[in-house]
Amino acid sequence: MTEVTLGKALGAGLRQAMRDDDKVVLLGEDIGKLGGVFRITDGLLEEFGAARVIDTPLAESGIVGMAVGLAFRGYRPVVEIQFDGFVYPAFDQIVAQVAKLHYRTQGRVKMPITIRIPWAGGIGAAEHHSESPEAYFVHTAGLRVVAVSNPEDAYRSLRQAIASDDPVVFFEPKRLYHHKGDVDLEGSLADAPPMGLARVVRPGTDATLITYGAMVTTALQAADAAEDEGISLEVIDLRSLSPVDYDSVAASVRKTGRVVVAHEASREAGVAAEVIASITERCFEYLESAPLRVTGHDIPYPPAKLEKYHLPDLDRLLDAVDRVLDRPNSLTGADV
Amino acid sequence: MSPQITPIADTAQDLELAERILAPDGSRRANSRLDPFVADVDAAQLRSLHRDMIILRRIDAEGVALQRQGQLGLWAPCQGQEATQIGTARAIAPQDYVFPSYRETGVIYARGAEPGDYVRMWRGEEGAGHDPETLRVAPLQIIIGAQTLHAVGYALGIRHEGADEVAVTYFGDGATSQGDVNEAMIFASSYQAPVVFVCQNNHWAISEPVALQSQYPIAGRAPGFGIPSLRVDGNDVLACMAAMRWALDHARAGRGPAYIEAVTYRMGPHTTADDPTRYRDEAELESWRRRDPIARLEEYLRAAGELTEEHISETQAAADLVAKEMRAACLGMETRAPMAVFDGVYAEPHTGLDRQRGEYAAYLASFEGAA
Repeated sequence: MTEVTLGKALGAGLRQAMRDDDKVVLLGEDIGKLGGVFRITDGLLEEFGAARVIDTPLAESGIVGMAVGLAFRGYRPVVEIQFDGFVYPAFDQIVAQVAKLHYRTQGRVKMPITIRIPWAGGIGAAEHHSESPEAYFVHTAGLRVVAVSNPEDAYRSLRQAIASDDPVVFFEPKRLYHHKGDVDLEGSLADAPPMGLARVVRPGTDATLITYGAMVTTALQAADAAEDEGISLEVIDLRSLSPVDYDSVAASVRKTGRVVVAHEASREAGVAAEVIASITERCFEYLESAPLRVTGHDIPYPPAKLEKYHLPDLDRLLDAVDRVLDRPNSLTGADV
Repeated sequence: MSPQITPIADTAQDLELAERILAPDGSRRANSRLDPFVADVDAAQLRSLHRDMIILRRIDAEGVALQRQGQLGLWAPCQGQEATQIGTARAIAPQDYVFPSYRETGVIYARGAEPGDYVRMWRGEEGAGHDPETLRVAPLQIIIGAQTLHAVGYALGIRHEGADEVAVTYFGDGATSQGDVNEAMIFASSYQAPVVFVCQNNHWAISEPVALQSQYPIAGRAPGFGIPSLRVDGNDVLACMAAMRWALDHARAGRGPAYIEAVTYRMGPHTTADDPTRYRDEAELESWRRRDPIARLEEYLRAAGELTEEHISETQAAADLVAKEMRAACLGMETRAPMAVFDGVYAEPHTGLDRQRGEYAAYLASFEGAA
């Protein structure tokens, strides 16, 4: 085990994937000499050369469209979209081309493309630099969607995404890029849990708190705080948003009977809505109370000075926990 | 003068700006730039090009008929564009890879499509009509211009491998307004990718005239990206073949991308769903009837004493046979079983979809024995 930051773990994952398979090529803006604006690709140009670490013109649709052509040619392109809010110009290439070509051709054309997206808010960034677009891609058949929350997961999942014959939209929580954790850099992919599995980050018995990405950290803080009040929260990191590992989710819900799903993304038609609908279909009879969502508001991502009012924090999570546990909460008032 | 807000340049009419070898009346013109590329084309090869154009026109007519008879959901006719499609596609080597739009029936014909390949997608049986690897042609693209980027990415792969191959992409005049097409030209130029862009300027993007897309001859844009271009008479099969050989040679020699604007005309509707009489006048259509690509080559061959009745009747019989096989393949297609809707979405198991598949299978099974 080596202690590295999430950002370094991603770089190590890219390096290992490129060493394992010479068909892996990287494409993106500023990923060469600069090493990416977040330095994730630092040092890769020196090791693998400009034919495999390809600096591109500033055109996101062009980058993803090029990756499609490379995939036709048998490559495994890994695309870096510089920021979450910049993925929209590439939307057609992702949802209408990357996602569909395998289906259109009955599997005769594979699209093993990994689309890395530095993602979500909390770093005081400028407009278009803090978006949570994951639901658009979860809603698109043919894509897999992964969101990582820690260095070990980042390292392993990225290699799995690149090795997958399916296209993967890979979300990297940029506010955790500098968070450290132990990573098994020598570990074999064969021994690792599959990319699509959720993970119980913290076992508990009273309610299940389901989330992903940087919100996992907030959820763990909430679980610590709840424990001080004698409440045992189980925290699940979904890790994969398409598919969602409903077997793990349902196992937890059957144990606790109470559910809160949290994410930074806006609420309407978001991942939490889907997860709760599926929980209701699968284990309605185990539910002791209505599952709740804690999400970003249905607003454009606010200016940096206001983002703290948009992002679900510890207190909003705990308020929702109180509600699913029928404890005094913001709706009932503390005096009830 | 009030501000001019309607297109002012009539690039549609600047037909004399195009390179040609065969004049509209079928007479042959010396063209120092293009002639060397078709010096080897003898009368037998010209008859073969003529044959291909006749067969393509027949395939296209059959496609329209099958749609009118309710056998196809849609068809995108290419009547009038036979010289552009056959002339360019016949120049492409077997190892090259083509990224077409939805109108390139003649290109997949020239690449060896099977009769059913022309209709399978339009009939709604499969997402792609042909096997991309067999023809070395990507599935027909409906999103305007998206395929041009795919060709550049593919060409980048060719370049990295040093392979003796070229990627070719086809698109219409309307596509030149798309960001993807412009991005494709930038990327192709930046990486000196071995890719050939073929713009079939057929004058109309559904009801929008080419002048709305471009105030300047379209081929004139490419040099601004650092890409050499040729504007050819798209109804002159010999000029199209010569231009394509020039472009392919250029790309194959490692000199980067090349661009062809073939100035042609779509005689029919954009697709079987629209009515061109609402947006273009009969006089324009009539002027293009006089530029018919097949009649032009016939005139040339006839004047040269190279068009025999035997060739004409054999060609007609061959065209009828292809159309007959196409119709038989179309009518004989068996729609796959309901569960096939789930096939091929993912290359690897996806638990979310697998669950839906299971639910739908159980639902279908619930009907068994119900009656």
